[in-house]
Amino acid sequence: MGAEFVQFSLTPILIGIFSAIACALPGNFLILRRQALIGDAISHVVLPGIVVAFLVTGVVAAVPMLLGAAGAAILAVILIEAVKRLGNIEPGAAMGVVFTTMFAAGVLILEQTDTSNVHLDVEHALMGNLESLIWFRAEGWHSLLDPVALASLPDELIRIALVCALVAALTRIFWRWLKIATFDEGFAQALGIPARALGFGLVVMAAVAAVAAFDAVGSIIVIAMFICPPAAARLMTNQLEHQIGWSVAFATLSAILGYVFAGYGPLWLGAQNAVSAAGMIAAVSGVILGLACLFGPHRNRIGAARDAA
Amino acid sequence: MNAFLQALFLQAGYNAALVAIGAGLLGFAAGSSGTFMFLRKRALFSDAVAHATLPGVGIAFILMVSLGGDGRSLPGLLAGSALSAWIGLLLIEWISRRTRLAEDAAIGAVLGVFFGIGIVLLTVVQSMSAGRQAGLEGFLLGSTAGMLFQDAVVIAIGGSLAVLVTWLMRRPMTLVAFDSDYAAAMGYNVRRIDLLMMSLVMAVTVIGLKLVGLILIVAMLIIPAVTARFWTERSSRVIWIAGAVGAAAGYLGAALSASAPALPTGPIIVLVAAGIFVVSLLFAPVRGVLAAVIRHRRFQARVHRRQGLLALAAQHPIREAYTLRLLAREGLARPDGVPTETGRAQAAKIARDERRWDVAREIHQDAGLTGRYDGLTPIEEVFTADEIAEFDRRLGPPVALGGA
Repeated sequence: MGAEFVQFSLTPILIGIFSAIACALPGNFLILRRQALIGDAISHVVLPGIVVAFLVTGVVAAVPMLLGAAGAAILAVILIEAVKRLGNIEPGAAMGVVFTTMFAAGVLILEQTDTSNVHLDVEHALMGNLESLIWFRAEGWHSLLDPVALASLPDELIRIALVCALVAALTRIFWRWLKIATFDEGFAQALGIPARALGFGLVVMAAVAAVAAFDAVGSIIVIAMFICPPAAARLMTNQLEHQIGWSVAFATLSAILGYVFAGYGPLWLGAQNAVSAAGMIAAVSGVILGLACLFGPHRNRIGAARDAA
Repeated sequence: MNAFLQALFLQAGYNAALVAIGAGLLGFAAGSSGTFMFLRKRALFSDAVAHATLPGVGIAFILMVSLGGDGRSLPGLLAGSALSAWIGLLLIEWISRRTRLAEDAAIGAVLGVFFGIGIVLLTVVQSMSAGRQAGLEGFLLGSTAGMLFQDAVVIAIGGSLAVLVTWLMRRPMTLVAFDSDYAAAMGYNVRRIDLLMMSLVMAVTVIGLKLVGLILIVAMLIIPAVTARFWTERSSRVIWIAGAVGAAAGYLGAALSASAPALPTGPIIVLVAAGIFVVSLLFAPVRGVLAAVIRHRRFQARVHRRQGLLALAAQHPIREAYTLRLLAREGLARPDGVPTETGRAQAAKIARDERRWDVAREIHQDAGLTGRYDGLTPIEEVFTADEIAEFDRRLGPPVALGGA
């Protein structure tokens, strides 16, 4: 637990934790509003966004790609709404039509352009690459106080930390509005809360979290981060405040355990190579959700216990 | 263009022809069996099932290699993917039935977690033996390059079976999709029929994995069904139209992708399907956007015409420009708002219709009839001639409009 840990494991673990928390916070509200799958849609359109951003700018740089991905996410949300309204189609199917089409377009553009000399491949975008985000200059815990070493922290860590702080701050600021609008949209509107704008804002916030986390964990596993910790938290309590607390705890736990199991688990089992940390984080969050489904104190619907008896 | 035509008529070589036929068959099977998921408002279920195949592919590969076989044997990989997709869909069903989590949360959770596990297993496979693992990533986005005759046969047989089961079970599945409570009351086992629908989707997903990949097979299950819904209001036809749309997208897409390099089959098929969807969304006869706009314009014109004529009858000035233009175009009024001879006659008729309605609503107790008053329906469409004569008797004889 010394220099090596700080150099190779500290930053990936921190990035994992921040990603998981940034996704879990909006995830709580998405689940309560039965919009959980908007995370699914957003995460799939991140790929076309990044590809188009690369096409326009011609460089693999973080900022244009994040902008491209965020733009694609917002475009997807607008298109879904348009298909839903114009075609009178239920939301799930509208999402399915829009995000698969955008994803297909992204793959096609990627194949059409010559990206062989840059590091931009589909598998990387889908699976993420948490392990590679190491802190080269770190020499031990004391590097945390060394400005030269700190300057070489991976950009991803700073970015996801900022996004996580932003998401947390926005959740705190709009807490009352979000809470009221989530449980009773009509009442919220009667109070003068712009409930529809708030709903759109929530989706945009989720998109920002997904895009920032995408860097680290890949676009598909973000879905697990949106849904599993909040869903497990939902089965632990009836209080929204406590649910948020549980979800943050579960998200953190998934990130740490997932990273540790991925890095050291195979070694314990006698294998040579580590496995995908992002995938393992999703798997651990799934196990936590499974345990919550089996033993969570509030796992049943109201009245379900009586039905079973 | 020439290359595309060649591919379209299966002249572009053995492999291209095989891919085109396979994609067409797969499209038909996916379109028709995806229909019921869409009608049951569970379209994204297919998404979860598709992503849940990945761990199975990984486990099957690892098992086959550790038993000394060839890890890439297609039947083994498909069996593995079917098994893990089956576990995934049972889990979704279990979570949404036994806990208070909504179905969408269950779908998302299974999707993300299974895909995560799949990625973990893929990294295990990669580290096992660098030489032999090539090709498993093909299951993510599909790969048609190495399609064998055997693969086409798998698609043909599996697809036909899926279509056959869809056709045989269309009645109970339609019932469950539209009104599951009624289906339960009729004695159908709703849960079992739901599972059947999901297994059909799973079967199509598994046979389509190799061709279009697990992320894009979802599009082939959803887009044709949504597209077909624009063209008909009858569920029995939705199945076949969806199948036809899927088949057309599959065949055309495969032909297009064979006509030029760097056109991957899966994405092209999806984009062709999306193109058909957009055309349907805009131009379908009843539910399309264009039809809705035309319907709205007609309604608007009717309202303006009637209100304009009522204003003429009451000798109120018409200030609404659209109403004036409408009346002028039909020769009912001059552009300055003064009624013509026909206009006056029409106005008198409409005004009389309105007064008849007033009387009708006063004396008739049958709200089912008087309730049809919407300010647009001529009274002759609702009441009989005898009844109208009775209203007229109460109204008195027609009077000439002032100023005439």
